[in-house]
Amino acid sequence: MRVDQRLIAEMIPAKARVLDVGSGDGTLIDYLYRTRGCDARGIEIDMQSVTQSVAHGLPVMHGDADHDLAHYPDDAFDYVVLQRTLQAVERPREVLRQMLRIGRHAIVSFPNFGHWRLRLQLLTTGRMPMTSVWSTPWYSTPNIHPCTIRDFLALCEEDGYVVQQWLAVDEDGLKAPWRRSIRFANLFGEQALFLLSRG
Amino acid sequence: MDRSVSPSVEEGPVYTHQTMCLEEGMALECGAHLAPLEVAYCTYGTLSAARDNAILVCHALTGDQYLAEPNPLTGKPGWWSRMVGPGLPIDTDRFFVICPNVLGGCMGSTGPRSICAETGKAWDSEFPPITMHDIVASQVRLVDYLGINRLFAVVGGSMGGMQALTWVADHPERVFAALPIATSPFHSAQNIAFNEVSRQAIFADPHWHDGHYRDFGAIPARGLGVARMMAHITYLSEEALSRKFGRRVRKEAATAVPAASSPSLFGEMFEVESYLRHQGSTFVRRFDANSYLTITRAMDYFDLAAEHDGDLSAPFGKCETRFCVVSFSSDWLFPTSQSRLLVRALNKAGANVSFVEIESDRGHDAFLLDEPDLDRTVRGFLNGAAEHAGLTKVETL
Repeated sequence: MRVDQRLIAEMIPAKARVLDVGSGDGTLIDYLYRTRGCDARGIEIDMQSVTQSVAHGLPVMHGDADHDLAHYPDDAFDYVVLQRTLQAVERPREVLRQMLRIGRHAIVSFPNFGHWRLRLQLLTTGRMPMTSVWSTPWYSTPNIHPCTIRDFLALCEEDGYVVQQWLAVDEDGLKAPWRRSIRFANLFGEQALFLLSRG
Repeated sequence: MDRSVSPSVEEGPVYTHQTMCLEEGMALECGAHLAPLEVAYCTYGTLSAARDNAILVCHALTGDQYLAEPNPLTGKPGWWSRMVGPGLPIDTDRFFVICPNVLGGCMGSTGPRSICAETGKAWDSEFPPITMHDIVASQVRLVDYLGINRLFAVVGGSMGGMQALTWVADHPERVFAALPIATSPFHSAQNIAFNEVSRQAIFADPHWHDGHYRDFGAIPARGLGVARMMAHITYLSEEALSRKFGRRVRKEAATAVPAASSPSLFGEMFEVESYLRHQGSTFVRRFDANSYLTITRAMDYFDLAAEHDGDLSAPFGKCETRFCVVSFSSDWLFPTSQSRLLVRALNKAGANVSFVEIESDRGHDAFLLDEPDLDRTVRGFLNGAAEHAGLTKVETL
């Protein structure tokens, strides 16, 4: 399991009802079921990953964050997880709203566009930055809504979400020690991980 | 949905199924009472001591109970013998599998060929109209009779999937897991339209005799054959037909088909024509026209949402059943959009749902064919559900 998935798992208590939006090969929901006894389900856009997950006995359905969250009832889950996907959805704000409607908590991770390397590249080369995290050129990237940690915090404030916990992590998903300063986290964190709840 | 030439059965069919006979019968949704009620069925594997490992497999429109053993009428392997058996995705080393012939069918369950107690004659076209709920109600009697309280799973493709959904809607506490494949929560206008053409073909046959053809020692073979030919097209896809037949013309014109009854235009026949005629002619030997009418009508009536003021999630509101919904990308008879509608309604009901659309160019029939992704999905879902149900690996009587 990836280190950032382990950080997500640590935020989720035993027996919780969890929806993992973008569940990939199902690693996280499998882990949550086996070690925490969670009722963990997945939504995944890639059909091969869906088939693979279901073939492993995991409850995963084909679907995506933009179109399928609206069909769940209010409070269907304790935690709704969105890993490294927010920047790629059509309507990030609406996706967040749906996550916190159907779940009491939302756990969101996204790559931070405010990282110093990106800023420096744009400044010095005048071209769209490319790093190992942002690795596709502008014309073929699925990441149509990049944001920075400060952007995300501003949206949470605007929409009245409570940030219960947040972490900036480096590329390998290791916790980075900038928790005191959002400004530093926004400069040095490659990925961000937020635990939100409704206001 | 047979597809290859079968050896003709010389000494008459030898039936290997069992039959439950319930003298008191059962009431139908339409108000009529059927007595006695017979349900013909086949079983595979062994029922566990705890009676918790039973899987009910529901067959499609023209299927029957010969799921995983040779069909006595056609001599061909059971219709899902590639899916059900020892070590196969529906593993009979582990599960006890039951496959009943549907109510209204013509392979031993009560249907138009059965004797009406009041008249002492066969029902034929007077057989009362039945619904998917009635079909499931007859299966409930069978499951009761076998001493099974909760089915581990109900599995079915096409109309079999309609039965699986109806089982959960009517008896949520008796179904731990449901696997509806290539199906829909309602029969669409297009599906009804195709069924209507099938029925009109049967009615137009001179041997139809208002449904009392058996009194005349006849069968409406042309009509039923045409119905089957047309329906068969809907089970395939343009791509599958093109790949299989293209525009090829048969070398020896129409030798397999009697020229008088099936004339060929300009003495030539495309391979696809020959194939469809074969499908039609073999079908009429094993299927009864009145059963075809009865069952297609039951499908047409099927609409789970309509029974709940249009709310498809309502019938699943209280269920804890685990679902796995499967569709095929090229199925235009029961398209993925209908499965997705079902999945969203199940989500709304808070049900535990897996949903896979399998990439295939073989149309609706794909669920009967060699589709490795389907096998993986069925096996994985059942194994996962078995773990949640607390079923142990091997535990038999």
